[in-house]
Amino acid sequence: MNEPLLELRGLDTDIALRRGAVHALDGVSLQVLPGETLGVVGESGSGKTMTALSVMGLLPHGGRVTGGEILFEGRDLRTLPPDDVRRIRGVRMGMVFQDPLTSLNPTMRIGTQVAEPLRVHFGTGKAEARERAIDMLRRVGMPRPDRIADNYPHELSGGMRQRVAIAMALICSPRLLIADEPTTALDVTTQRQILELIDDLRAEFGMAVILVTHDLGVIAGRADRVAVMYAGRVVETAVTSSLFRSPKHRYTEALLESLPEEARGERLYSIPGLPPDLSQPMTGCRFAPRCRHVTDACRLSEIPLSGAEHQFACIHPASGRAAAGVPLPSPARSFSDAPVLSVRDLVKNYPVRRGGGQVSAVAGVSFDVAPGETFGLVGESGCGKSTVGRLAVGLERPSAGQIVLEGTDIAALTGRERRRMHREVQLMFQDSYAAMNPRMRVDAILAEPLEIQKVGDRRARIATLLDQVGLSRQVLERYPHEFSGGQLQRIGLARALALHPRLIVGDEPVSALDVSIQAQVLNLMRDLQKDLGLAYVFISHDLSVVDYMADRIGVMYLGKLVEVGPARDVVRSARHPYTQALIDAVPTISTAKRERIAIEGELPSAIDPPSGCRFRTRCPRAAALCETEPPLTGDTHQVACHFPLRQPPPATSAA
Amino acid sequence: MSTLVPLRRGLGVFAENRLAVVGAGIFLALAALCFLGPLFWTTDQVHTDLASVHLPPGPGHPLGTDGVGYDQLGRLMLGGQTSIIVGLAAGLLATVAGTIWGAVAGFAGGWVDAAMMRVVDAMMSIPALFLFMLLAAIVTPSVTMLIVIIGAFAWLGPARLVRGEALSLRSREYVQAMRAMGGTGGRAVRRHIVPNAIGTVIVNATFQVADAILYVAYLSFLGLGVPPPAANWGGMLSDGLADTYSGHWWLLYPPGIAIVLIVLAFNFIGDGLRDAFEVRLRRR
Repeated sequence: MNEPLLELRGLDTDIALRRGAVHALDGVSLQVLPGETLGVVGESGSGKTMTALSVMGLLPHGGRVTGGEILFEGRDLRTLPPDDVRRIRGVRMGMVFQDPLTSLNPTMRIGTQVAEPLRVHFGTGKAEARERAIDMLRRVGMPRPDRIADNYPHELSGGMRQRVAIAMALICSPRLLIADEPTTALDVTTQRQILELIDDLRAEFGMAVILVTHDLGVIAGRADRVAVMYAGRVVETAVTSSLFRSPKHRYTEALLESLPEEARGERLYSIPGLPPDLSQPMTGCRFAPRCRHVTDACRLSEIPLSGAEHQFACIHPASGRAAAGVPLPSPARSFSDAPVLSVRDLVKNYPVRRGGGQVSAVAGVSFDVAPGETFGLVGESGCGKSTVGRLAVGLERPSAGQIVLEGTDIAALTGRERRRMHREVQLMFQDSYAAMNPRMRVDAILAEPLEIQKVGDRRARIATLLDQVGLSRQVLERYPHEFSGGQLQRIGLARALALHPRLIVGDEPVSALDVSIQAQVLNLMRDLQKDLGLAYVFISHDLSVVDYMADRIGVMYLGKLVEVGPARDVVRSARHPYTQALIDAVPTISTAKRERIAIEGELPSAIDPPSGCRFRTRCPRAAALCETEPPLTGDTHQVACHFPLRQPPPATSAA
Repeated sequence: MSTLVPLRRGLGVFAENRLAVVGAGIFLALAALCFLGPLFWTTDQVHTDLASVHLPPGPGHPLGTDGVGYDQLGRLMLGGQTSIIVGLAAGLLATVAGTIWGAVAGFAGGWVDAAMMRVVDAMMSIPALFLFMLLAAIVTPSVTMLIVIIGAFAWLGPARLVRGEALSLRSREYVQAMRAMGGTGGRAVRRHIVPNAIGTVIVNATFQVADAILYVAYLSFLGLGVPPPAANWGGMLSDGLADTYSGHWWLLYPPGIAIVLIVLAFNFIGDGLRDAFEVRLRRR
């Protein structure tokens, strides 16, 4: 067997707090072989990022490795002289961070920045360093690298910045690249480009990669081996295919079941409770309090990793997942009532302060939402989906077009009627913490909509709301910062429900949550829909979540709706090339290859959008005809494309 | 009763900041010395006593006497009264005026904001000392005039600060959430913007007080302070400076140290208040 390139043995890392310390890592042992990709996966607080930072020596203030060994090519970084360690970390390892904007120096030109490691570690001359930086930029797929070298980071898009960060990490030809959530801040189509780039470069440079991410789909598609972390420990490690086929640790199993793409029927499995507080001492399996299969033995003593190739720290291992048959899509529901929300030819333009002109955020969008229905709105950042949501709840006024709520055009309402209108439609935010006044206690937060609309008996209403979202009365006296993300989202949902709305617009309501918590919130949203007959407009960039939640899906691209139809049809037989590209770019844990359409390049500017079909500049099927605008055609499954992927079924085309 | 709980928790966080407690202690001690001290240490601060000028510290005069025979300890108390009163009042005036100006500009936005802030920019471009000297030359300095003069300049800082705060608070998501419930602009100001800005304002007020005390000292040092026989620390420092080379150190150090201590105290208190107003640091 190969000598491991990097080996962690019993690594302990502490982070000092105002009082006490968080034991971020507790006896983490890992191996990375030369040339392989190790995926490190876990939810927030699991220690995956701390592992990467411990290796790189980049722990935050107060952080310290307190025990164990970090062996790189057989030498322990904890005992080597500091100068050697600095050289190893600088030259032999490279790191790529999540946010490419904050990891690049905004005042330094791209070329200088990429060349900096060469100048620092090898004292390379300016001209030569620049040459090599340009060469590296070319290898990470930058168009016109010699020109880009003179640009500043803010002049590049997120995907391009991440390419620069990768170029910088690779300029010294490292043996190990650590990528910490390298694509989390990017859109799926860009994510796909970056992950492919990392894969190609790994082969080209013969280096090993540690891919740290919360996204199981990313890991499944890219890693050779996987280490699953929970509460500061590695709980399971195995070859990727074996881990996803037959997870052993009950946490891994539960995590996989929480994924919306794995939903079998109506409800998702959700792991109850919250991850443990790492500043408190713990005995036994750390997952025990949330585990379905827990026994007294689990709580008695630490459970070490055992097994040869497939290691896991569980005394009641899973026997393998139930045959991963085709997940049953929930039966299509039909809605015949008059729509609760009807949007017609909605347009929203924002003036541009400098240079005149305007941003075309929403350009002629029409759709209906029936009572009790979930309408999913998907698209990448900048496609205008959030603007549609803000227009629908009346936070902004449209430049043109109609929004008809319960049969009344909201543009025609007087001030008082407008205020009453807000009872019918409410908004749920992505970041509930930001959407709550930090100085208000939960009782005041929940009472606010009732006060504004002068609805009586607040106390009783608040009590009912808490019951509906599954929170205890004790939360009322607490402030928003005292809650976890999932609890905050429940409070946000309770506040949105306070006025008995008919429609809730959720703008990325679960995007900031971990998989297991996301499942709790999604289930809750579904239960409430069933009980209260709510309609949802569910806005998300995450196609698998929308697929699970929505009855119908609308796909947006650059301000336009390119495809609308029943969720099943849109996801499984997409007709617009963009929809297909989006579906293909979503990383999933299923191993089946379905590569059809990959889109390259960048989203065009919304200030001067392409004429005709706005997708034509990136579309593999584009032709001259696409310079004229394609209408949204079709019966139930509509598409705005001159050359749709699949012809509609005969019944529909005949109609 | 229940409204006192957050206050008590805030005090708890304040008390956790050692320097803030020290600052509060220093301020209380100096204030007690200046305002209660004269009750126990009665001295004549009106009639000069040329028979006992420049006496070094000793029995009868713990801090010696100055160039016209005033007891230095008594003078320090009297001068402190002026410094503290002018400092507190001018700091308060500047904070209130600046907060209102900045808040209106920030909430209104658009051309109102632009016009109001250009006024602030224009006034800021005039050097403070020049403005002080001009005003002090026109009007006769008295305690009230000092307060008005210093306040008239010092409100510019808080105005800018509050305007920035109002601008950023106005676009917070919780304000948007409230608007989506049908809430009005008035409610946004009352329930969301003021409570979130008040912490910054109060913290800034303590720094304004410290600055105002320094301004009194500058003005008096330049001879533009309250005329004798009234006294303040800056003026005493100015008088003492003339005696530096005569070895009359007791005329220089006590007012100098007092100024440093009180300015330091207010800065510490400000830091502690900043923590106390941070809800996130509170524990139950």
